[in-house]
Amino acid sequence: MFENISPQLLFGQVLLGLINGSFYAMLSMGLAIIFGLMNVVNFAHGAQYMLGAFVAWLLLTYLGVPYWGALFIAPVVVAAFGMVMERLVLRPLQNLDHLYGLLATYAIALIVEGLVRQEYGSTGIPYENPIPGGVNLGFMFLPYYRLWVVVFSLVTCIGTWLLIEHTKLGAYLRAANEKPQIVESFGINVPKMITLTYGFGVGLAALSGVLAAPIYQVSPSMGSGIIIVVFAVVVIGGMGSIAGAAVTGYLLGVVEGLTKVFYPEAASVVIFLFMIIALFLRPAGIFSGREAA
Amino acid sequence: MNSHVRPATADAAMLQVSDLSAWYAESRVLHGMNFDVRQGELLTLIGRNGAGKTTTLRAIMGIVRELTGSIRFQSDEIVGRRTYEIARRGIAYCPEERGIFSSLSVRENMFLPPVLQKGGLSDNELYATFPNLKARASSPGTKLSGGEQQMLAIARILRTGSRLLLLDEPSEGLAPVIVKEIGETILKLKAQGFTILLVEQNLRFARKVADRHVVVENGKVVDILTNTELESGMDRVKSYLGV
Repeated sequence: MFENISPQLLFGQVLLGLINGSFYAMLSMGLAIIFGLMNVVNFAHGAQYMLGAFVAWLLLTYLGVPYWGALFIAPVVVAAFGMVMERLVLRPLQNLDHLYGLLATYAIALIVEGLVRQEYGSTGIPYENPIPGGVNLGFMFLPYYRLWVVVFSLVTCIGTWLLIEHTKLGAYLRAANEKPQIVESFGINVPKMITLTYGFGVGLAALSGVLAAPIYQVSPSMGSGIIIVVFAVVVIGGMGSIAGAAVTGYLLGVVEGLTKVFYPEAASVVIFLFMIIALFLRPAGIFSGREAA
Repeated sequence: MNSHVRPATADAAMLQVSDLSAWYAESRVLHGMNFDVRQGELLTLIGRNGAGKTTTLRAIMGIVRELTGSIRFQSDEIVGRRTYEIARRGIAYCPEERGIFSSLSVRENMFLPPVLQKGGLSDNELYATFPNLKARASSPGTKLSGGEQQMLAIARILRTGSRLLLLDEPSEGLAPVIVKEIGETILKLKAQGFTILLVEQNLRFARKVADRHVVVENGKVVDILTNTELESGMDRVKSYLGV
């Protein structure tokens, strides 16, 4: 059944899978960092990703700031929005059941998406590709921008992982994931650390959004489309495991791409099949470990 | 025996706890505690399980937040301050459960607390005081033995420069030979001028290291004895502790 599969189709889908995987990885990493420290399932993550793309478009359209500037400015702007949101909405909920945090972030996602839809409509707005063209590899055509996305996302994920696993700052974060009170008793301002960490996770989402703008269209629903898959990725990778989230993101992107080649009918559900299997093997599900303690 | 305590400061209260009450949700745990810790002294809180000793330390540290009354540290009121602010003023806390981080190596655990003010132990001094920890520096913190974890928990708060140490039952659950070692370490720290408030149930351990003992019962201070008084009033103290 596989003999009539062309290398173009195969590599094309693997590349597409890697592209999707790049977004899955960056988004799920941010979710895992936020969940690890705050125990908040950040349902606003998709909206924050969309805001990243949207702010990039606003910067270009109204201020003439090109893609390369937006790549830095948009995540900072959206992270600032996230930090305000943490202080005003999430902090008052932090001693309540985690469900309240989930509901509050979901509400914010709906409001943000609704406002953007109200102002700019629900049809997508194109964002110009900053690196047009590509290279013919013989067996397939590789657009430069897609190569850029994969490389940039890999660098970001590895950089984030190094930051958390191999720096003093990361040690504070890991320690505060385990025992925030003890970390605070060392004189560390843990509430501020939580705000900054949430801002960092949100910034990662916005960064993914800017990366995504030239590939997908900038639309209010771009976040809600991808976020469900990202949650599945995080569940499979282990909620709160940062490296697990990123690796699972790339792997499942590729698995999804390959499924499109070999059994296209299953492409949209294959990630959820993996999730079901993962949940069978880890029956405690997404809150395992931490919640039982 | 207290020759290392400078006489000029020996009577100055470093920490003054007055009429301190504390609640966990609806239940009241402390009922008006009164005691003080003098500069350079080693004071124990002794009493039965559930008497409120650990809660007293957690209240001083700002971890228990439902409080009335007053806690003055170097004459400043600290009730109502956040834990990190209290720590920055110079109080360090070593919890009963030791609080070693499993996702951090021994080295990372040791050097996690930041230097908050001058006068803390340098990295070399720390390893000199706790040589065992150097050999295990790369292993995960919780792979150490109970005694080593206790040593690590004490070691890491010494680099902050805090001069008042709150130690919650460092002898708990450890073999006698290790308890002895920890006692020697605590005496060494006292000789270096640290002021120490020690929660302890092990009377034999407490009387070897302490200057004074505060007996806690049902969230109140029922007696305060010097170490000499403890020797002569052993029967009375044993009746408090129910041993």
